[in-house]
Amino acid sequence: MAEYKFGNPEIVEEEVDILIIGGGMAACGTAVEIPRWTQGLDLKIKLVDKAALARSGAVAQGLSAINTYIGENDPADYVRMVRTDLMGIIREDLVYDVGRHVDSSVHLFEEWGLPVWKQPGDEGKKLPEGGKPVRSGKWQIMINGESYKWIVAEAAQNALGVDRIDERVFVVKLVKDKNDPDRVAGAVGFSVREDKVFVYKFKCCLVACGGAVNVFRPRSVGEGTGRAWYPVWNAGSTYSMALEAGAEGTMLENRFVPARFKDGYGPVGAWFLLFKAKAMNAFGEDYQVKNAHLLEKHNYGNHAKGHVMGTCLRNHLMMEEMRNGMGPILMDTPTAMAKLAENMTPKEIKHLEAEAWEDFLDMTIGQCGVWAGENIEPDKEMSELMPTEPYLLGSHAGCAGLWVSGPTDIPGTPKEWSWGYRGMTTVPGLFTAGDGVGASGHKFSSGAFTEGRFCAKSMVKYALDNKDFKPELSKSVQELVDEIYAPVKTYLEHKDYTTAIDVNPHYITPKMLQFRLQKIMDEYVAGVATWYQTNAKMMDVAEKKLTMLKEDSLKMRAKDLHELLRAWENYHRILTAEAHMRHIRFREETRYPGYYYRTDFLDLDDDNWRVFVNSKYNVETNEWTLRKVPYKQLIKS
Amino acid sequence: MPTFVRTDKCDGCKGQDKTACMYICPHDLMKLDKDGSETGHAMKAWNQEPEQCWECYSCVKICPQNAIECRHYADVVPLGGSVQPLRGTDSIMWTIKFRNGNMKRFKFPIRTTPEGSADPKAGKSDMDRANLDNPEILFTDDLHSCDKSQLVG
Ligand SMILES: Cc1cc2nc3c(=O)[nH]c(=O)nc-3n(C[C@H](O)[C@H](O)[C@H](O)COP(=O)(O)OP(=O)(O)OC[C@H]3O[C@@H](n4cnc5c(N)ncnc54)[C@H](O)[C@@H]3O)c2cc1C
Ligand code: SF4
Ligand code: SF4
Repeated sequence: MAEYKFGNPEIVEEEVDILIIGGGMAACGTAVEIPRWTQGLDLKIKLVDKAALARSGAVAQGLSAINTYIGENDPADYVRMVRTDLMGIIREDLVYDVGRHVDSSVHLFEEWGLPVWKQPGDEGKKLPEGGKPVRSGKWQIMINGESYKWIVAEAAQNALGVDRIDERVFVVKLVKDKNDPDRVAGAVGFSVREDKVFVYKFKCCLVACGGAVNVFRPRSVGEGTGRAWYPVWNAGSTYSMALEAGAEGTMLENRFVPARFKDGYGPVGAWFLLFKAKAMNAFGEDYQVKNAHLLEKHNYGNHAKGHVMGTCLRNHLMMEEMRNGMGPILMDTPTAMAKLAENMTPKEIKHLEAEAWEDFLDMTIGQCGVWAGENIEPDKEMSELMPTEPYLLGSHAGCAGLWVSGPTDIPGTPKEWSWGYRGMTTVPGLFTAGDGVGASGHKFSSGAFTEGRFCAKSMVKYALDNKDFKPELSKSVQELVDEIYAPVKTYLEHKDYTTAIDVNPHYITPKMLQFRLQKIMDEYVAGVATWYQTNAKMMDVAEKKLTMLKEDSLKMRAKDLHELLRAWENYHRILTAEAHMRHIRFREETRYPGYYYRTDFLDLDDDNWRVFVNSKYNVETNEWTLRKVPYKQLIKS
Repeated sequence: MPTFVRTDKCDGCKGQDKTACMYICPHDLMKLDKDGSETGHAMKAWNQEPEQCWECYSCVKICPQNAIECRHYADVVPLGGSVQPLRGTDSIMWTIKFRNGNMKRFKFPIRTTPEGSADPKAGKSDMDRANLDNPEILFTDDLHSCDKSQLVG
């Protein structure tokens, strides 16, 4: 028997009907929904995650709120909120669909054991029994969410059974079908624990690997590099794998730049909404009021409704202060807590303090670390706010992602929005959910899970409709394995050429490649270095640099499996970055002031640009095609 | 604050083939040094890439020996503070120590059901596949009562 070792991996081939790639909120939704529709069928299903389900994805630490729960509101109102927040361009069919189903997912979470805060008198009463939740905003409900992902993963594991789940397998790419080059037929990945390459064949698959972080240079570049707001392990795999497979991307110019507590990136939502804290500039001025007139310039206020406005616009008003040297921006936590405490007993005040800390401990523990190290107690001292580096995602307050087929029953929906199986991309057999679905947003944990459930149904249907389809890969297994293990080969071949393992003209370490990518994006594609500004000329430079970076990515080395993981993560980041840059360059306006500015087109231009921007990538020719797709309103104003 | 492992506490998960911290870290950072060649401490774990640590505390919470703690990012945070949890089956206890010595303790519930019991199949009936195409139906059968007059139509 051959000996498997680093450089000579074992090849594991497996054929299934449905492959679920990712194990986050969306993928768990699929895992939970699927068995209810497959009774009596002999469908083979597999879920693969690069990490361990119980703590993978954006919810690994836990969360302190479920941000989408419709409850007493109407789903149509939810669509209006999302439309306002995302500056007037969303797929209203997709958002409405999430809105009408999302509560049922939240009810499941509670049933499985997630503690949901209730209003006084309703403690112990479940949501479906009429228990009134504690809201921190119109759409958010508070939870004790330390074990949120743990519980949801447990349900997913119990639904599928552990032998249908492969953990610690990083999926690198999708493979087209040999006989029908339009559709996907397989995926390849590798184990980060053993020298094994996995080659899956399938009828259809879900790619739900979250969004992208570390594409831009983070504000901290030492040990603090890890403290991005978005989880450092989501590397844009969803976007890059789908784009390489020919799926149409949409709104990949959009990004998310959250304004958070400085350095720890702790959440501010509960502070603003639940504790009613105010933010101000260094001189105590309320910059939201002071700068409100800015919304009249460049049409930026077109989609704002009074003081309800897009998250990016709130950033815009804050950044104006920072650019003008009026920082630091401070969150007045002491006043807020003192005000709330006015009518409270000491016991209630203690409870309030615990709630404030729990908000961090449940989802951004690092922020507590910053406060503990700096002796900051929020009832005594204010804290600085700061906008982060940009992230790409489709389920939080951002809408970058893929173009998917929507529900079939919303009247007036254009043909181009709904062509088949719900949640399918433009590539037959390739589905996505959560951060993968573009032009929607504000789905959050509950909505991402719900979209995964939609895909469960449509993938079962797809698999049944294509019973006789026999997937065959367009590339040989050996070719695929060689591609994936190329960084290992490069390393083994050249490592003894120099005395310093990291400095070698024949290869580049994944870490240095990542630094190069981050530098390019930061300096030319509206990162923090230029206060989020760019123009066509800067992006032309970026294109040239990214092209060479992409070429050099073929020379990445991997000295062990951990580095092989980093190599492929960074490959995914590059393609995601390139898509982002090309979309921003194509859209000749500033649609999201406060997220990024086109200094050569500073206006928000509804006449020409209230449209979706869609893109396609041809991996063979390395060419991109971008186009406008008309927006249509489906829910009344 | 990247994690660190205390030499006096880590027992390498008693030589099992996967340690709890390696198993759980979402970013593949925790690693067991089997023969001591990488850290000088055989059969103990360490964080192999501290600057990629999200401080998610997944490893801290799961370590059976409470051997993992965090020293907050040295390029950002002054020394001396610490944030340490003790996670049980239904609640979690946090101890926060400030640089100036102040302490705070909090305890929060984490779940209302026994561990392992989350079963989506329990009490739910199978679905009629004729509804695979029906966008209004998921297995929970719990659609929001929508005000259809809000649709443009
Ligand atoms: C800091 C932060 C705070 C948030 N706060 C809230 C909140 O308070 N309330 C709320 O409701 N929502 C919140 N959200 C949003 C919520 O977490 C996301 O909307 C949701 O997790 C998205 O689900 P997803 O499945 O698309 O991605 P994720 O849950 O991130 O899952 C991605 C999965 O893909 C896997 N993966 C990645 N790449 C690969 C690959 N190449 N191969 C195999 N597997 C791979 C990962 O391991 C992971 O399992 C927050 C998000 C963040 C980042
Ligand atoms: S989980 Fe704890 S005891 Fe086990 S190897 Fe890791 S640090 Fe050591
Ligand atoms: S804190 Fe999280 S990211 Fe850091 S080593 Fe532990 S599990 Fe990994």
